[in-house]
Amino acid sequence: MTTTEAETGTRYDFGGDEFVYVELSAAMSLPVHFRSLAITRRLGEEAIAGVEEICPSNASYMVRVDPDRLHPRDLVRELQRIESEVGDLSDDLTVATRIVDVPIMLNDPWTHEVLMKFRDRHQDPTGTDLDYGARVNGYDSTEAFIDALAASPYLVTMMGFVPGLPWCFQLVPRERQVEVPKYVRPRTETPERAFGFGGAFAVIYPVKGAGGYQLFGSAPAPIFDGEQRLPDFAENESVVFFRHGDVINYRRVDREEYDDVRAQVDAGTWRYSFRELEFSPSRFLADPDGTNASMKEVLYG
Amino acid sequence: MNGIRVQDPGLETTVQDTGRLGYYSIGFPPSGALDSFAYHVGNALVGNEPGAAALEAVYLGPTLEFTQDTVIAVTGADIPAFVDGEEIPTWESVAVSSGSVLSFGQLRAGARPYVAVAGGIDVPLYYGSRSTYTLVGIGGFEGRALRAGDELAIGSAAHDPKPGRRLDAGDVPVHPSTAEVHLLIGLHSYRLTDDSLARFTDTEWKVTPDANRVGYRFRGAELEFVPREQPFGAGSDPANVTDCGYPVGSVQVPGGVEPIVLLQDAVTGGGYATLGTVVSVDRDRLAQTKTGDRTRFVPVDLDGALAVRQERLAALDRIRSALA
Repeated sequence: MTTTEAETGTRYDFGGDEFVYVELSAAMSLPVHFRSLAITRRLGEEAIAGVEEICPSNASYMVRVDPDRLHPRDLVRELQRIESEVGDLSDDLTVATRIVDVPIMLNDPWTHEVLMKFRDRHQDPTGTDLDYGARVNGYDSTEAFIDALAASPYLVTMMGFVPGLPWCFQLVPRERQVEVPKYVRPRTETPERAFGFGGAFAVIYPVKGAGGYQLFGSAPAPIFDGEQRLPDFAENESVVFFRHGDVINYRRVDREEYDDVRAQVDAGTWRYSFRELEFSPSRFLADPDGTNASMKEVLYG
Repeated sequence: MNGIRVQDPGLETTVQDTGRLGYYSIGFPPSGALDSFAYHVGNALVGNEPGAAALEAVYLGPTLEFTQDTVIAVTGADIPAFVDGEEIPTWESVAVSSGSVLSFGQLRAGARPYVAVAGGIDVPLYYGSRSTYTLVGIGGFEGRALRAGDELAIGSAAHDPKPGRRLDAGDVPVHPSTAEVHLLIGLHSYRLTDDSLARFTDTEWKVTPDANRVGYRFRGAELEFVPREQPFGAGSDPANVTDCGYPVGSVQVPGGVEPIVLLQDAVTGGGYATLGTVVSVDRDRLAQTKTGDRTRFVPVDLDGALAVRQERLAALDRIRSALA
C-alpha cells in the first residue's frame, strides 16, 4: 500500500479512505520542512476539487480528501506532480509570515510545582526537567541551557494536538538544536500555557491537560481564546493565535513582567507584538544567525 | 423557553451534528456524532435536513421533558425507550406532546443511543458546527455534557415531521459483542515487526474502560517494534516518530500493549507511530462497542476500504430516499 518514490525518498500512503499521508523524511530537518511548506502552499493555491483540508506538519503533511469526488490514488498523482515541480528549494522561494514576540518565563514556579509532582514518571527523579535537559544536551549549567533555549527564534512547523498548539523548531543549525525525550510515562497534569519540549520541538500547551513533554517554563499570554475576548483573537475572528509558518521569538521575562502581562490579559488589553515579513528558506540556510538577527531587528527595531 | 428540559443527563449526553470540518490543520478534531449512521437515520426519521443537531448519549440514556409538541426518534444502541412510562418503538418517529417525558431502560446491546428531534437541537454554531467538544469546552450546549436542569431550544431548521416513519427491520444495525472493523494498514506500520502486525489482525481485542469520544483503548496482545536508531526529532522511544498528523480513526500503540483507535474528539497529531486507519464508516461500529466488548480489525487495501465506504453510504442514501 505504500508508494515509495525512489528518487526522493518520499512515502505516500493512505490514512483510511479519507486521508493521504505524505512523509518527506523520517527525520526532522529545516530543508525537509521547507520543502513540505512549499508543497502544501502550492497545493493550497491549486484548489483541487476534492481536497478538503491540507495539514502541514514537521517532516510530513496530510491531506483530507473527499474520496467521492477525488480518488485518493489520483490525489497522490497530483501530489507527486507538485513535489517534482517544486523540486529542490529554489532561491526565489519566499514565504509570507510574521515574527511574533512571545514572552516566556523559564524555570517558573507553576510548571516547577507540577513537574515535582511527577518525578516518578521522569527519566531523572532527582532533578528538574531543566537540569535534565541541560545535562543530556551537554550544557555545563542549567543557566547556559536556558540561554540557548531563548537565544534564537523558532519556526512553527506544525499546528495541532489540541486547538492552537504550535510545534516550534528552533532556527539553528542541527548541531545546536536541543533534543530531549518525552516523559517515561505521560503526566496526567500540565498547566495551561506551559512551555514544554519533546523530541526536537518546543510547544506551548493552550489548555491544561495531560502531557508528556519536558516542562521548562510558562507563557503569560494565552495562545487559545475560546471566547475571543482578547483583541488579537476577536479581530482575526480566530480562537487560536499562531499559524503554521509563523516565526516565534521566545523572549525571557522575569516574574515582574510575567505578572504585568497577566494583568493586561485579565484587563482584556493584551496584544502580541509582531511584524510581517517575507521569509526566505534558502537565505536562512545560507546564513542562519544573520537571518535571525535581521528578523529580530524587524521585530524589535 | 420551549424545547427540552433535562431532568437527568444520563452518563454523558452531548449535542452533536456532522462535525466541525475544516479546522483540523489548527488542531480542531471534527467532533460530531460517533455513530454517523444512527445520527443520520434519526434525522431522516423526524424529517430533518441532513446536518441538524441531535443528542448522543452513552450507556445510560437521559431523561428529557419536552416543553412543546414535537416529533422525535430514538436510534443507535439497542435500548428500551419510554414516553411517560409507555415503551415506544425505536428507529421510528414518534409524536410527543408538551409535558411528556422521554426516558430509557437498560442497554441491551450497543453503547450509544441517539435522540433526533424535528427541527434539530438549537445551540449556537461554533466554527460552523453545533457539535460539543468537551476537551476544550466549546460547541454544543455551553461546551459541555448536559446537566440536570439544562433547557435546550428546539430549532426551526427545515423539516417535515411526521410520526410513524420507520426504518425497515432489515436495515436496523445489530450490535454484536465482537465488532468487526476494516483497517487499512500503513502509515508507520513498518515500525512493527511482521509478527506483531499479523498478531494485531489475528487478535480479538478487548475494549478497556478507557474508551470514549477521544479514542478507544484495547488490550489483548503485545506488539513489538523493529529496533532502529531513532531519526532526529522523533525522541528516543521506539514507539516515537517525528511528530506528524494523525488521521481520524488511526491506530497507535504507545507502549506496545494498549492500541488506541483515535475517534472524533481525538488529538490531531503527535509523535506516536500509527499502524493503520479504521475505514471511516466503520467508526460507527466502534462507537457501538462498550467496555468488555471485543473488536477484530479486518485488513483491507484502499480499494477494499473504498468499497466498504461506498456500500455503507449507498445504503444510507437508499434509506433517506425511502423515508423522504
